[in-house]
Amino acid sequence: MKAHVEVHIQLKPGMLDPQGETLEHALTAIGYEGVRSMRVGKWITFEIEGDEPDAVESQVEEMCDRLLANPIIERYEYHVTREER
Amino acid sequence: MTQVPIGIVRFPGTNCDQDVFDAVASVERACPVWLWHKETDLQGVKGVVLAGGFSYGDYLRAGAIARFSPIMEEVARFATDGGPVLGICNGFQILTEAGLLPGALMRNDRLTFVCRPQSLMVETADTLFTWQYERGQVVSFPVAHAEGNFVADPDVIDRLKDERRVVFRYVDDRGDKRLNANPNGSINDIAGVINERGNVLGLMPHPDRAMDRMLGSADGRGIFQGLVEAAA
Repeated sequence: MKAHVEVHIQLKPGMLDPQGETLEHALTAIGYEGVRSMRVGKWITFEIEGDEPDAVESQVEEMCDRLLANPIIERYEYHVTREER
Repeated sequence: MTQVPIGIVRFPGTNCDQDVFDAVASVERACPVWLWHKETDLQGVKGVVLAGGFSYGDYLRAGAIARFSPIMEEVARFATDGGPVLGICNGFQILTEAGLLPGALMRNDRLTFVCRPQSLMVETADTLFTWQYERGQVVSFPVAHAEGNFVADPDVIDRLKDERRVVFRYVDDRGDKRLNANPNGSINDIAGVINERGNVLGLMPHPDRAMDRMLGSADGRGIFQGLVEAAA
């Protein structure tokens, strides 16, 4: 099985996100009103080989915990889509 | 007199390695040794410094990729065995990512890369690295970073405080704790912390850039003297 993986990473709620705040101000400055709670995160995509969907998911989770996200400051979610051949 | 070999780790993107090399070399008996990140042998060094810079281009998060370099496994073992390890700036970020120090270093709260001389208060002189200073002494080391905002869970912050493991705090020139003294929003103005055992120190400011009064400050010398002494 080949799987397509998407990982979304964001700072945890409550963690200061100066990038998000700055973009929010910038959008307001160029005329977009009512923009609130802007947060900037990361969106990572990749493909992975694996026979067992569960094994692929637990591998992706491990990747997130060990490298892709820093659990002290970030939260993540991932989606694994099977691509049958 | 026996030489004291001190390892200086170089990752792709490390750029303060030569400053650290010179800082170490200026201490009596110290002998700086280059350690490339792909090496799996610390070559018998008695102390290790992770220098500042942008290891792996700061990709993903500062220090996140460097922490998995082969040499880091040896550095972790060395630290676990009680060997003195000093992480400066990006080195501090790598040590937190590696779990050798608590917390994390986030983007500065004002979104600027701060680069300036910075006053610091020595909060504890009772460490391997700071016994050359006095508690409450104000020193000046330059800061140069974009991700120096130290954060940790509240219980970790409490522990660091209770166990007197906050080694340096940002203050203003008179030693006052003022809002504008803190360059990055770091919680409790934390600039540097030490591990529980007291052999791994990480700090954002650069003692390696405070080695000569002609260049503004020689206050950093004590850190390297402490390191070499601890390693001897």
